[in-house]
Amino acid sequence: MDELQATCLIVVAAVGTLVVFTRDPLRQAAVAGIFGLALSALFLSVQAPDVALSQIAIGSIVVPVLVLLAMAKIREHDE
Amino acid sequence: MSRRVRCWLALVALAGLGATLVVAVVDLEPFGHYPGPYGDVLAKVVPGERHTGQLVAATTFDYRGFDTLGEELILFTAACGCAALLRLRRRERGEQAGAPPRPAPSFAARALGGALVGPVLVVSAYVVLHGHLTPGGGFSGGVLGAGALLLAYAAGQRLRLGRVGSIGLLEATEAVGAGGFLLIALGGLLALGATLQNFGPLGTSGMLISAGTIPMGNVAVGIEVTGAVALIIAEFLEQALLEDRG
Repeated sequence: MDELQATCLIVVAAVGTLVVFTRDPLRQAAVAGIFGLALSALFLSVQAPDVALSQIAIGSIVVPVLVLLAMAKIREHDE
Repeated sequence: MSRRVRCWLALVALAGLGATLVVAVVDLEPFGHYPGPYGDVLAKVVPGERHTGQLVAATTFDYRGFDTLGEELILFTAACGCAALLRLRRRERGEQAGAPPRPAPSFAARALGGALVGPVLVVSAYVVLHGHLTPGGGFSGGVLGAGALLLAYAAGQRLRLGRVGSIGLLEATEAVGAGGFLLIALGGLLALGATLQNFGPLGTSGMLISAGTIPMGNVAVGIEVTGAVALIIAEFLEQALLEDRG
């Protein structure tokens, strides 16, 4: 394991912890997007660019959008 | 169940999970060491047999294309299920309220969304079409395509094709992509006697049209994923992504 991979692993672990400790779901959606980007950097560092691209697409487009939309639905229901 | 019991239950479960993880990690091969034979075999065989250096695409769309076929149908089914479930809820709520008027997007959203739609669409098409040459392919390109549609929505634009609303358009897109991949699978069966056997022209390695059915599969999957992801998001938005159903 080289320095780049070790750094990426540590960043992923740190941002993952940050996602868990973000209590407000709205902010959590944004932090989860950053976690997705960190994960894709890790995939790139272990020479898996295909997986990294899919991870960027899913982690920073689909997941945050779906979380936000689901939250909008829930709020609509609460009112 | 009292809080105490729940805490103990969670602790026992976590300890079990932790122990299993430790056992699993201890038995793993050392970091970066790959013991399986398939990667090496494919690395030797693919450039000669399929005229491409993109081993990942060759594996997912050719040698193990059957898995991809299954995954395509899973995504297809998931999007259909999502659409069916959410649509039911919308009807239940009754039409008397009608569609709530959409707030007009701010100037920043319109400007940024509008400016990005074109470039993102181009990148999406590039990623899909070069799936057999460079990293990427139908899946990531398809999600990017759905992202471009989402940007158009954020910018307040509407998408219509004649009398077909955008939900109908997305459903058709998804179906065309999934059907296209099925046709490629069937084509291999008819032409060479095995499902998903590569029957396309292999061409020269590194050219846009090469590697036979691999780029065709990428295009089919790209179309399907764009339709499926955009359909799921559109159904979540409850009104169509860019325009009402009617």
